[in-house]
Amino acid sequence: MMIENNLLIDFSIIKITEKNSKANLLHLHSCGQTISPAPNPLGSVRTLSLHFARSTEQKMDTNLVEMFRAGLNWVTMALDAPSARVVLFGVRIQWHIFVEVLLGFVIVILLSQKSYKPPKRPLTEQEIDELCDEWVPEPLIPPITEDMMHEPPVLESAAGPHTTVNGKDVVNFASANYLGLIGHEKLLESCTSALEKYGVGSCGPRGFYGTIDVHLDCETRISKFLSTPDTILYSYGLSTMFSTIPCFCKKGDIIVADEGVHWGIQNGLQLSRSTIVYFKHNDMDSLRSTLEKIMTKNKRSKNLRRYIVAEAVYQNSGQIAPLDEIVKLKEKYKFRVILDESNSFGVLGRSGRGLAEHHGVPIEKIDVVTAAMGHALATEGGFCTGNARIIDYQRLSSSGYVFSASLPPYLASAAITAIDVIDQNPELLVKMKHNIALLWKGLKDIKGMSLASDPESPIVFLKLEKSSGSTKEDLLLLEKMADRALKEDSLLVVSSKKSFLDKCRLPVGIKLLVSAGHSESDLVKVSESLKRLASELLL
Amino acid sequence: MITIPYLTAVSTYFSYGLLFAFGQLRDYSRRIFDWWSTNNLHGYAPICLAHEDFYIRRLYHRIQDCFGRPISSAPDAWVDVVERFSNDNNKTLKRRTKSTRCLNLGSYNYLGFGSYDEYCTPLVIDSLKKFSPSTCSSRVDAGTTSVHAELEECVAKYVGKPAAIVTGMGYATNSAIIPVLIGKGGLIISDSLNHTSIVNGARGSGATIRVFQHNTPAHLERVLKEQIAEGQPRTHRPWKKIIVVVEGIYSMEGEICQLPEIVSICKKYKAYVYLDEAHSIGAIGKTGRGVCELLGVDTADVDIMMGTFTKSFGSCGGYIAGSKDLIQYLKYHCPAHLYATSISTPSAQQIISAIKVILGEDGSNRGAQKLARIRENSNFFRAELQKMGFEVLGDNDSPVMPIMLYNPAKIPAFSRECLRENVAVVVVGFPATPLLLARARICISASHSREDLIKALQVISKAGDLTGIKYFPAAPKKQEEVKDTIKLD
Repeated sequence: MMIENNLLIDFSIIKITEKNSKANLLHLHSCGQTISPAPNPLGSVRTLSLHFARSTEQKMDTNLVEMFRAGLNWVTMALDAPSARVVLFGVRIQWHIFVEVLLGFVIVILLSQKSYKPPKRPLTEQEIDELCDEWVPEPLIPPITEDMMHEPPVLESAAGPHTTVNGKDVVNFASANYLGLIGHEKLLESCTSALEKYGVGSCGPRGFYGTIDVHLDCETRISKFLSTPDTILYSYGLSTMFSTIPCFCKKGDIIVADEGVHWGIQNGLQLSRSTIVYFKHNDMDSLRSTLEKIMTKNKRSKNLRRYIVAEAVYQNSGQIAPLDEIVKLKEKYKFRVILDESNSFGVLGRSGRGLAEHHGVPIEKIDVVTAAMGHALATEGGFCTGNARIIDYQRLSSSGYVFSASLPPYLASAAITAIDVIDQNPELLVKMKHNIALLWKGLKDIKGMSLASDPESPIVFLKLEKSSGSTKEDLLLLEKMADRALKEDSLLVVSSKKSFLDKCRLPVGIKLLVSAGHSESDLVKVSESLKRLASELLL
Repeated sequence: MITIPYLTAVSTYFSYGLLFAFGQLRDYSRRIFDWWSTNNLHGYAPICLAHEDFYIRRLYHRIQDCFGRPISSAPDAWVDVVERFSNDNNKTLKRRTKSTRCLNLGSYNYLGFGSYDEYCTPLVIDSLKKFSPSTCSSRVDAGTTSVHAELEECVAKYVGKPAAIVTGMGYATNSAIIPVLIGKGGLIISDSLNHTSIVNGARGSGATIRVFQHNTPAHLERVLKEQIAEGQPRTHRPWKKIIVVVEGIYSMEGEICQLPEIVSICKKYKAYVYLDEAHSIGAIGKTGRGVCELLGVDTADVDIMMGTFTKSFGSCGGYIAGSKDLIQYLKYHCPAHLYATSISTPSAQQIISAIKVILGEDGSNRGAQKLARIRENSNFFRAELQKMGFEVLGDNDSPVMPIMLYNPAKIPAFSRECLRENVAVVVVGFPATPLLLARARICISASHSREDLIKALQVISKAGDLTGIKYFPAAPKKQEEVKDTIKLD
């Protein structure tokens, strides 16, 4: 027995009692229902008829049912009438063909109509004007509070180990003049001759006649000093990092950075739009677990560029990065290293060649090295050094290089001279290291504060033993301490400064920048003074 | 707006297409040749993806000799351009010891303070001897010398604002100060052709950025209205504040900002105005005070005035001038003030001295002469170029005048032709301009003499004929004689 499924859909639900259904002339066609085949009078096609056999307990008004049935019969007959004898392809067409066609039409009409959307009522001109009138912007800056009014000391002579503030000679522990090159005869000579020859500014970016031969000489000199293939010079220390990082890290790349990095790096990380993961400050276990997690969790990271960003000597804490461990981890997990040597260039290592020399790691292992020259070199600007392709790429892609005027030539010539001086005078480095050790010895038994920096770092960082819990109050307290040191003991020491943009959450403290130019008595003086002030203010 | 001629557009596209195709071909054959050599990445992803430095390797390297030409003298009216040679098809360039004396039409030495100056340089050397080149410290620590304090006062007085703050680099001024002023929930409306430092500063701030059509106040008004009515995206809360960022002179267009209209619109819609006068300060206006002076805008109506010292003053660094409170706030929060080495003291001294010369406080009228000279030079040069039929962008009085080149092959051709005749011009292509709109840029200086400019015009005209960049018909010769200007061959 053949059973064909008719494609008919029941167009109305008619509730008929069991009794009624037997007498019903109407055969409701439906698919998927219990069906009983009824022999077709013509025998060609078997229509499936359904006895709508749902019994209900509902009592209906018999009259109404009768009327309804009569009406239905009439409709059926009326519909059947025109096509009662029509046979199409051997099929006798009954009334339902019209319904099918009708339904088809309905579907077409419904499909052709747009879906319902609430009517759009754009704001009228008048409403927009009202909104514009009503809008009250916030003031450009929040109100100025008392603590913002702090004025820094104004120096009346060069910022060397001894300088003049308010006509008084003070010992300067706030300049990163690690090797005491400020005021160095040779530096001044080379600057003077450069100023006479080239003027002050370069009046153009490097691409457009802002490249002066001293820039190229300076790049060569740095490369030679660090034995790297190539170097690129930036016009400002701060811009070095925030231009270099976005050059190589793009959206989707992974950067694992130390949480204690300074603002220039933070800004670079932000501008790169890469995925940034921070690890605990100078904590190699944390770095290892972070790298492990990245490599195992995300299979895609194998195809992404991956970087570790660290500072050699952290400006915010005086800690020294354990480069040997970082390099081991980097090689294990195949990450590249971007290292900021701002505070270690010229300072760390046997001959001042930086952190790589300090740890005995070949410099080629570090992919990108950046540094500001406003520290040990006692000039300004910054540089990035590495292999030729990395440097070449920056010459057209690094925004701080392409879109900024180049370094004033006299500062580049000062940098060349400074490197020469470092090369020729290894005793400066020895003196500085000796001074750091002396200061450590002097400050060992300070009360209320503790030494948080590395014993070899030129940044000696004293943090509060008991923090008040609020960075702001700590900063005020430390600032008071620094002010008193300047007023009472003629010592220029500084506390950490925090911009609200700086995301670094390391403890704040007093920063002492040791120089080779400090004498033993200077160092004794500062440790005695800080000990006294700490016991007066903090205990 | 620059309207590129149809035929030129087609040929430019064709040229780039050709360059691209050949570059790809070379990359492909390089890959075949490198097939046997071992992969030296050892599991690292390549540091420069092939498509990222494709432009550098295959397009830029071909014409690298036109950019970054080293000079061995001060960037004055005439410079010594060091000769270079290449042994590897322009991939790397090496210096020769020989240099050629060329007329400098490339440096931003608007007022001629770029070289030794009889008044400034001795003072600069004095301050160098007294203060050494650097303080090695940030401004809040030990980086403020008496020169820095004097400089800030001097700048504030010069630009006509109550206070100013100075940083060591112009680029960092924008990129470090915008994030202090505005953050999430704020709106920055920026001119479409603003400098990268502004773009990066705005990106770093976390504020929403909207762009209005270059130098079109009507469009700015439309954007402002729309944004105030709509509020922040998704939440539709009102904006916290709106800052409109414009430049005084657009460095790649030479156009002067329509400041009066923009200021009045900003006033109407309560938006703050941030004016970047990197190229205009010192160069235009009767006493060199920039666009505000030139167009008669009260500086009190401009909330934040920014500028740099690299151009007219021949030094380095940048400033922000504004109300006393604003500057005090910046001094407490601006990262360039807190964390970066302060501006080199001799450079600061140079700025002070240059401003003194401009204002005539050095006891001579050299400043006024320089200002008159640059205006005269610029207007003369621009008029002559236009007469020759070059497509010159920019407004009168602006010392920056770009000449449109369009086709990539014309970039090196024009530059090399001019250099052969001892004229150093700047040609600019991608990424400093859109790919299609390559141009040569002339920067006029007060230190150019009339003879220098006439020589430059002759050379440029010849190079222009050779490269076919005179896109407009030349003005009839007769007109030239009537105006009594110098006849050109």
